[in-house]
Amino acid sequence: MSTTPSTQLAIETQQVTKIYGSGNTEVVAMLDASMQVQQGEVVALLGPSGAGKSTFLTAVGLVNPPTSGQVIIGGQLVLDGPTAHANLRTFRRRHIGFIFQKSNLIPFLTALENVQIALQLNGESRNAARHRSLELMEYLGIADRADNLPSELSVGQQQRVAIARALANRPSVILADEPTAALDGHRGRQVMELFAQVAHEQSAGVIVVTHDHRSLDVFDTIYEMEDGKMQRQNAAAATQDR
Amino acid sequence: MNLAIKDIRHNFGRFALTTGGVGMLLMVVMGMGGIYRGLVQDATLLIDRVGADLWIVQRDTRGPFAELSQVPANLVHRALAVPGVDTAREFVYHTIQRERNGKLLRIAVLGLSWPADKGKWIQLTAGRPLAQSHYEMIADESLGLLVGERIVLGKDSYEVVGTTHSMLNTNGDSIGVVTVSDAQAIQFDTAGEAVRLERSAREIRGQKSELASQQPALLENAAKPATELPPIARPQISAVMLTVSPGTNSKEVAKIISGWGDVSVFTHFQQGELLLKGLIEKARMQIGLFRILLTVIAAVIMALILYTMTLDKIHSIALLKLIGAPNTVILGLILQQALMLGVLGFGVAYLIGQRVFPKFPRRVILTDYDLLQLAIIVLVISIASSLLGIWKALKVSPNEALS
Repeated sequence: MSTTPSTQLAIETQQVTKIYGSGNTEVVAMLDASMQVQQGEVVALLGPSGAGKSTFLTAVGLVNPPTSGQVIIGGQLVLDGPTAHANLRTFRRRHIGFIFQKSNLIPFLTALENVQIALQLNGESRNAARHRSLELMEYLGIADRADNLPSELSVGQQQRVAIARALANRPSVILADEPTAALDGHRGRQVMELFAQVAHEQSAGVIVVTHDHRSLDVFDTIYEMEDGKMQRQNAAAATQDR
Repeated sequence: MNLAIKDIRHNFGRFALTTGGVGMLLMVVMGMGGIYRGLVQDATLLIDRVGADLWIVQRDTRGPFAELSQVPANLVHRALAVPGVDTAREFVYHTIQRERNGKLLRIAVLGLSWPADKGKWIQLTAGRPLAQSHYEMIADESLGLLVGERIVLGKDSYEVVGTTHSMLNTNGDSIGVVTVSDAQAIQFDTAGEAVRLERSAREIRGQKSELASQQPALLENAAKPATELPPIARPQISAVMLTVSPGTNSKEVAKIISGWGDVSVFTHFQQGELLLKGLIEKARMQIGLFRILLTVIAAVIMALILYTMTLDKIHSIALLKLIGAPNTVILGLILQQALMLGVLGFGVAYLIGQRVFPKFPRRVILTDYDLLQLAIIVLVISIASSLLGIWKALKVSPNEALS
């Protein structure tokens, strides 16, 4: 068990590298990507397609372990290269909320049940899970669609259900991959502000991969990736530049 | 939250159709078991119900059920003289095929030793046992004869006085019960012209013999009925059934009779074994092997269905893994669906079977033991067939939820 000197960091990655294939087919998807996200900090990750943003996000999300480098969450070394120092699935369930470009809902569960299941998997009672789920759906303006199946919801409504699910367990880390792609500008900004609010209220670290430059002012820090390499930007300058 | 039920509700139509299909398949497996059991019960039905401790049959034959057996009718009296024998009954048994109202009737004719045996041991569904020595019959319902109806067999007409249910012989032919003398009359029924020709031939044979030239009056007897001629043997019977006195060891009685040079003797158990091992062994094995084959096919089909059902959910399973669902949740989802498919399929098989099997030409007997055995097999198949789906589900990476 290793811990970082600072316990204020929600997320820390140290020289995270991901290489696919070997020999002639070797592809370096991400090289020495290092990032520090404080508790309550909202980070934007920008970059063109194929830059390695999603690879980074899945490495931090403990879904796709890196080839080398360390992933430290809440001060706990979770991944040291491909070696896991914790039960990744349990860790994800307790500490990480995912939001992806596609809503990724379970088709045979209603909107409410899609949120509820995340809570019940974490040991919440059925009633408490239902109460919290409805609360979140109310907040996201989709409570009236609680009993609808995902196929009966619009793309925007599906995305908001996915956001409710990600926030359900009050995670210390929220990872979002273009979460507003399916939403209109107003709703997109609302979601970004919601992330900022959750980050501050829950002291969570939030990383958002986005192309939506209209909301960059919401972020505390901006990182940019290109050809697998990560660089920290000045948030104010980046907002002005774009 | 029960994910298995949620998924089934969402795809109810498909699940119902699949369950129906599996149910029909299991019904065939169940039916084969029932046919197998019916075959065994039909084969041993007579032996079990007639209540004989020993069977005396023609020497070196395996008895009237396995092959032709003929013993003299007076063997009954010889057997009664053996110490320890309580009762001795004649047994006449043969199969006939006649036409009635334009339909073919196959009847296994069983002769009862009147008046000692009036058929009181027969389980009747209607009517009564035999009450007179001639022209009465107890018929199985499958012959389509009702109490009070008459049927002409040979030169005589027989009134159905009682009916039975599912009293069939090894070949599935319905049993008709009459007295021994009636059974023999049916068996040895000869046309009038044939009788006249035989009497004429008898006279010609007599004229050629030296005895007739010395005693011409003998030729006058040639025209008499065979029953009035002492040198001509009485019609033979198929076997003699014995019961031994209480406290007597039937094996000891059998040992005495087996010393007689003209007959063989079998115990009740031996006669049953001869039937099962000799007469229906191949059919029994054929059905048994076919049943095993069907069970394996059912298992393979169920495995493929469950695997396909898992593939349909693979994205949801990957998503569940992504949000941290433990393997037990995923395993439970697949296993519960497999068990539901098996249990509901078994229920469908049973319900349809109850309605379909009675319409089969031969008896299909579903015993509690066989049903329990099949239920356990179905549970094992359900669990085993879900392994392929479980393997696939456990192998899937949460990454697939993102693709």
